[in-house]
Amino acid sequence: MDLINAVIVLLNYTIIPALTYGSQLALGAIFVTLIYGILRFANFATGDMMSFGTMFAVLLTYYFQSIGINFGFLPTALLTIPFAIFMMILYMLLIDQTVFKYYRIKKSPPVQLAMVSVGIMFVTQAIIRIIIGPTDRRFLDGEKFILKATEFKEMTGLAEGLTIKSTQMITIVVTIIVVAIMFWFLNKTKTGTSMRAYSDNEDLALLSGIDPKKVVLITWIIAGILATIGGILYGLDKSYRPFVYFNNMLPIFAAAIVGGIGNPYGAFFGGYVIAFAEIFLTYAYKRFLVYILPESLEPNSLMQLLSTDYKFAISFSILVIVLIFRPSGIFEGKRI
Amino acid sequence: MRNYLNIIIAYSIMLLLIILVGIFQSWSIALTIFNYCMISAVMTLGANIQWGYAGLINFGIMGYTALGGLAVVLVSVAPVPEAWSVGGVNMMTCLGIIILMIFSTRYILKNIQKSNKRNYLIAAIIIVGLILIKIIAGPAIEQIEAVDPAKTGFLGGLGLPVLFSWIVGGLFAAGLAFIVGKVALGLRADYLAIATLLIAEIVVSIIKHEDWLARGVKNVIGLKRPAPYEIDLQTSPWFINLVEKFHSAKLDLANSLSERQDILNQLVIDASSVYVKLCFAGMFLVVVIILLIITQKALYSPWGRMMRAIRDNEEAASAMGKNVVKQHLFIFILGSAIVGIAGAMMVTNDGLFTPGSYRPMRYTFVIWVMVIVGGTGNNFGAILGGFVVWFLWVEAAPIALFFINLFTAHLPETNEIKIHLINSAPYFRFLLVGIGLLLIMRFRPQGIIPEKIIKQ
Repeated sequence: MDLINAVIVLLNYTIIPALTYGSQLALGAIFVTLIYGILRFANFATGDMMSFGTMFAVLLTYYFQSIGINFGFLPTALLTIPFAIFMMILYMLLIDQTVFKYYRIKKSPPVQLAMVSVGIMFVTQAIIRIIIGPTDRRFLDGEKFILKATEFKEMTGLAEGLTIKSTQMITIVVTIIVVAIMFWFLNKTKTGTSMRAYSDNEDLALLSGIDPKKVVLITWIIAGILATIGGILYGLDKSYRPFVYFNNMLPIFAAAIVGGIGNPYGAFFGGYVIAFAEIFLTYAYKRFLVYILPESLEPNSLMQLLSTDYKFAISFSILVIVLIFRPSGIFEGKRI
Repeated sequence: MRNYLNIIIAYSIMLLLIILVGIFQSWSIALTIFNYCMISAVMTLGANIQWGYAGLINFGIMGYTALGGLAVVLVSVAPVPEAWSVGGVNMMTCLGIIILMIFSTRYILKNIQKSNKRNYLIAAIIIVGLILIKIIAGPAIEQIEAVDPAKTGFLGGLGLPVLFSWIVGGLFAAGLAFIVGKVALGLRADYLAIATLLIAEIVVSIIKHEDWLARGVKNVIGLKRPAPYEIDLQTSPWFINLVEKFHSAKLDLANSLSERQDILNQLVIDASSVYVKLCFAGMFLVVVIILLIITQKALYSPWGRMMRAIRDNEEAASAMGKNVVKQHLFIFILGSAIVGIAGAMMVTNDGLFTPGSYRPMRYTFVIWVMVIVGGTGNNFGAILGGFVVWFLWVEAAPIALFFINLFTAHLPETNEIKIHLINSAPYFRFLLVGIGLLLIMRFRPQGIIPEKIIKQ
């Protein structure tokens, strides 16, 4: 019985939150990795682009609520995803045409493109703050919980409760669907194959008649989908605040590089590595150990390895360690 | 001479803009902007050494700035004797353990062949060291933080003059740069950018959350100043006499003696704040000029030519027998040290240390915009970039407000769009800086004052 309780504690406080957070990071990391692999630069506007898409979802959610449209027990924001994605893709293509295209044709070094993306970061942040302001916004409606702690305790008779928030479930399910479709697209369709070819060897791809314009277009469309969905899922689970999105860019970068930048499978996996490391290293194990250990060995302290203040620092440290010992990432990087 | 003409013109325009702010807003605001421009100029000089001379991309400016600020606290604040007596011994022991760890790791790296055994030994040293530190430091930190938490709750500093901390700030930053450089300099440019960005984030989060060191997010206020305090000036006769002499024409217009006294008091208060800012401006100017002379000399020395050779073609320079790795590390340390000095200057100017305010947007990316806009590889350009971008960053909100009012003049005061736009005026600074960066990168990628290439 104690053992089951211990497992429930772990599930409730570490595994489920880590899976959720990992999914959100994974979507962002695949976005970073796609841009890096095909357009060949580190996109410092990642966080703000995700924020941009989410902004439309928030505004549309408010609009839908005001005219009385809702999605039953699911959050209204899910209904707004297609519209938000559409706006996001429009914005990305506009940026690409006005800014990035010039440098791509000139074949500028990646650093220059990265600096340009810093400029885009500033502009996007300004647009977001001017349209929606910097305040914290919650836009989650519908059922909040799938399983409440008290219900679970009644159901099983255990001492520990298990809570599953609906946003956690939605995040995990939507991520699996989106990522599955994306991998299918990259591996099985002709366009996906041409994208991988373009990423592997640009010149060879051009020789074999792959249209670079089409590849770039499709990349931005996929990137827009990933960025918007990742952003909306994060916003639903926590809350929407432009500044937090900018900060999230850092663990997302860490996830992409840890997994091997340019490799979508690696990025997907890297998101979970970062999330699990952050949560497992900052969780206070006292409650878990109380169940497992005999009474004489019960710990007095919280049994916390690091304070939760260092959550971000952990992911960055992992990144630094990976960069020193395996700069190409856990999975071999630079492949799509 | 033609080369210098555009530099002179650009600087004159900049100075004119600041004087205009002095005339239209107030001299106090103009001097605040000027001082911050100067601090930004030092930061851009540092970043320009790394990027312009050597092509190293350092997105960790924020971390070095924060370390410079930390140096001010650790050097100038008076020590807290209670905290030292409670936890001083333990903290010093921990410092000893860290030094021991470093030296034993070095010893192992030098004397044992590269093998799994060596890796395990180093891992064992680190783990044992960390556990020891956690056991020894844990209770000490709790006790230190319990000493009068509202006012101190930290170990305090050394109580030395604050100007000394500028040098220490540079040394701190150089130390961090040495570690970062050893770890990350081998990486490709964009990886290096990301790695430095994240390491800076780690540094700031340590400063934020280790309360025993510098009170963390509780901030340290009332730091020492190398300039007189306003309140002292307002009561000292020589200063009042000076103000009286300076404004005698205006004071003579007063009708009665009491009115004259009121006017004089107001003038003294205004003048004291301007005087203090002038003192800071003078000190900053000295630092900027010294750094400018050194960096200019370095740029046109054989060493500077070598750096540019390395930047333009690493393989060729390496084939000529130049030690690229060593030079990269050296220049990385040098540039970071200058940024550290700027961080210390900024905290001295503010008189307070607020770790919570260190954000990558303000302390890394804006500085980078300054470097790119001003002109990479040219020190005059870098300084000008610091001035121009900081000026825009501060004055963007008033300018935006002016244009919003201009374009929405026909709308009624209660119009929602107008109110919304006026409320979001402060965010136009991001727009202005971002668009400025994009335009410069597109149409003048070498910056306002481009790098000068001297043909021998």
